[in-house]
Amino acid sequence: MITFLLRRTGLAVVILVIVAILLFLMMHMIPGDPTVVALGPRSTPEMREAFRQMMGLDRPFIEQLGLFLARLAHGDLGQDVWSRRPVLTMILEVLPYTATLALASFLWAVTLGVLLGCIAVVHHGKWGDWLIGLVSIAFVAVPSFVVALYSLLVFAVWLNWLPAIGAGEPGDLAAQLRSLILPSFAVGLGWVGYVSRLIRAAMIEAMGEDYVRTLRAYGVAERRITYRYALKQALLAVLPVIAIGFGGLLTGSVFAEIVFTRPGLGKMTYDAVMSRNFPVVMGTVLVTSGLYVACMIIADAVTALLDPRVRSTL
Amino acid sequence: MTAPVLDLHGLSVNYGGVFPAVIGVDLAVRPGEIVGIIGESGSGKSTLAHAALGLLPKVARVSGDRFMLAGNDMLTAGRNTLARLRGPAAAMIFQNPMTAFSPVHTLGRQLRDLLWRDRDQTKAQKRERIVKALRDVGTPDPAGKLDAYPFQLSGGMLQRVAIAATLLMRPSLLIADEPTTALDVTMEAQILHLMRTLRDEAGVAILVISHHLGMIAEICDRVAVMYAGRIIEEGPVEAIFRSPGHPYTQALLDCEPALILPGIGRLPVIAGEVPRPGGPGCDFVGRCRHAEERCRSGAVPWQALRADPGHHARCHRSAS
Amino acid sequence: MATDVTSIPAPPIAGEPGIPRRMALTFVEVVSHPLGAIGVLLVALIVLTALLAPVIVPYNPTAISVKERLADPSLTHLLGTDQLGRDLLSRVIVGTRTAMTVALTSLAVALAIALPLGMIAGYGPRWLDALFILLFDSISSLPMIMLGLAVVVLLGPGVSTVILVIVLYSVPSYARLVRTQTLSLKTRDFIKAEQAMNAGTMRILFRHVLPNVVGPLLILACLDISTVITLEAGLSFLGLGVKPQIPSWGNILSDGFSVIRNSPVPVIAGGVPLILATIGFTFFGEALRDALDPKLNPERKP
Repeated sequence: MITFLLRRTGLAVVILVIVAILLFLMMHMIPGDPTVVALGPRSTPEMREAFRQMMGLDRPFIEQLGLFLARLAHGDLGQDVWSRRPVLTMILEVLPYTATLALASFLWAVTLGVLLGCIAVVHHGKWGDWLIGLVSIAFVAVPSFVVALYSLLVFAVWLNWLPAIGAGEPGDLAAQLRSLILPSFAVGLGWVGYVSRLIRAAMIEAMGEDYVRTLRAYGVAERRITYRYALKQALLAVLPVIAIGFGGLLTGSVFAEIVFTRPGLGKMTYDAVMSRNFPVVMGTVLVTSGLYVACMIIADAVTALLDPRVRSTL
Repeated sequence: MTAPVLDLHGLSVNYGGVFPAVIGVDLAVRPGEIVGIIGESGSGKSTLAHAALGLLPKVARVSGDRFMLAGNDMLTAGRNTLARLRGPAAAMIFQNPMTAFSPVHTLGRQLRDLLWRDRDQTKAQKRERIVKALRDVGTPDPAGKLDAYPFQLSGGMLQRVAIAATLLMRPSLLIADEPTTALDVTMEAQILHLMRTLRDEAGVAILVISHHLGMIAEICDRVAVMYAGRIIEEGPVEAIFRSPGHPYTQALLDCEPALILPGIGRLPVIAGEVPRPGGPGCDFVGRCRHAEERCRSGAVPWQALRADPGHHARCHRSAS
Repeated sequence: MATDVTSIPAPPIAGEPGIPRRMALTFVEVVSHPLGAIGVLLVALIVLTALLAPVIVPYNPTAISVKERLADPSLTHLLGTDQLGRDLLSRVIVGTRTAMTVALTSLAVALAIALPLGMIAGYGPRWLDALFILLFDSISSLPMIMLGLAVVVLLGPGVSTVILVIVLYSVPSYARLVRTQTLSLKTRDFIKAEQAMNAGTMRILFRHVLPNVVGPLLILACLDISTVITLEAGLSFLGLGVKPQIPSWGNILSDGFSVIRNSPVPVIAGGVPLILATIGFTFFGEALRDALDPKLNPERKP
């Protein structure tokens, strides 16, 4: 198990390094002064000079790359071009908001998705199954920002049931939870559809297994077979897929944070892009990549731990 | 004579109205009797076994003149009746013990779930019963096995657990579908011994399905031979093996590797293939050494062999 | 969610007779299911609108008329106007064209790049393959918006940026598919026969590998159209996509978002076609995949 984790972590680090190198290369491949590229045409000479210093742009290419990677290894993701605050600090400030959003979306996805999937299986072959299938695929297809906009329109603007802006004041848990509902719904809906299809497929496969025949041969109730046996096998099969995608929930968070004006990694990246704040963008992209890879590793580890067959070999 | 636990008369199973897997089977299994069904793959013997407990998919239509299990009419049995009967009336063990149990649940949990009917018993009481049943089938460290997962046990051990599960039910009939095919010879011997003990001590009727003639010869009292969905011969085990009344049975015995005399150049086979069942005349006619004109058309009589009224075969030649 | 690459069915060997006939049969199979029927209908609607856009558009979509701003739907403006007085219906219609143009262009480019890359990865030496895989995994580790934002910050917004982002995002999964297919074909007998006859690598790749990988690749691209449309609309919504004057559903939604409290019509006008398009292409893609899956249609030879 330890070797397995080490190997995966090693691979993850390699991937991160490659991402960093790609970003670095991208910056240099654009024709023109890299500082202008990075900071935009409206940047002042002082800003550009500071940037040039920070990135060591006068030195040879390989040295720059080495410097860059070394700084990264020390956790120095650069500084905000305008405020000179360390990017890492800024990221850590907003990360909790994005993390809670991702978690809440994940909860939506898993609970509603598993529920829909189970209902579809119970009505396998009948119109209920077909309808849920249609709806699930539609959920996956529709872009999350459209869902965000429409739920904002209906629930916040028209009905005024839920807040349209912000994440609630720190300390006010109720307000925070209320502002979490719509954004997490928007982000999670696509996953609801995806999970429901996955669960349905996995359960249908489970119901075809030999042990189901054994249980039936002893008169065990269908409901128990479905929910205690097939569902468990299905969840174990589906969990790694879902857990890997947890990192991908960050995609939807960008739009949700913008539409609902919430602080978060996505919004920070977006604002940075609009203000040509390249170091911040690079920092968030790297952190996002790292989170994604970390989620994959955690997902693998959790799956391994949950499956008794794998657990015994550890 | 006591009433048979399983009483079939004219039983047929047809898939989707198109494919007849079992045609007009008459079979009776009495308490304390061990009946074997032999035949090639595709003869319908496994279908018959599954039909006995109503385990066939909806597309399989079961019909017949009489189909009684422990005194219940199975042709009209609803879901509740089936749930009531499965286990206490008849229990089944399957060919592959490695996949017979859920891989992600402990054996203790699954065995306890099989005791769902005993609602008044506590978890501890059920646990005791399970441990005792495991001990009775010779499982070492029965209590420890409760927390084990199926993958931690060997095939032979799992099949014993399967038999233990049937013991917990105290069924009148045990149906064993190829119980030792996936096991090696030593494990097979142990399983056979268990089955014999069940019969001797509890009077359980046993229906064994197999294509392994040696095992059938060793444990069964009576044997039925199936071919293309029909029972084409039936009788006491010695009679079937010593003086078979149907050419197909004879051919099966000729092909049995264990019975082949040394010095033979090529392994004997039965030429041809199993035809689609339900055609006119005898289904074996294309492959039979003794085929005559009358075999090709018209129904073939089910008649007793001259020497033995308890031994019947579906062949024109058997009475002669 | 990136389309699941491993679930694309294996292709029939090219050279079997009747490819047009098979296509016709597949089409019939697709529309015989409600999912496919709805999908085909919506796709047809979208494609037709895109094609006929210059003809059917009632007004110039970029014509500003401040005194008519945020007009309600009426007989003159079926969907009303946006905050600059531009006719929403016209913008939606031309937005259809934008969506389709960007989607098809970027998919074409992505396919053109992924095909050779994947074939090289599959057919070439192991170390090259490993390198490519590492590269692909790295790019895939970024959620597509993050990838998009990173590219935009360097290149500025615009159509070409959007296309570049889409290409960067799609190439890894397409190339991986091509690679897998190439790998499995590499060991097949007819390839070995060609190698035994000393056929050149290029010849083998072009005449034998290429026809067999194109099929599943096209299916994958088909399934991806919906994602690509979403990506374009999403970037445009953020103001990072096509120029604001060029109508795009994302633009319309973005403008609509800023006036959402004044009038819901722009947001609805921009969102509904996007929903119809994504649902339509996804349904069509799913039905297509099911129709071609040898496990579900046993009469199709795998």
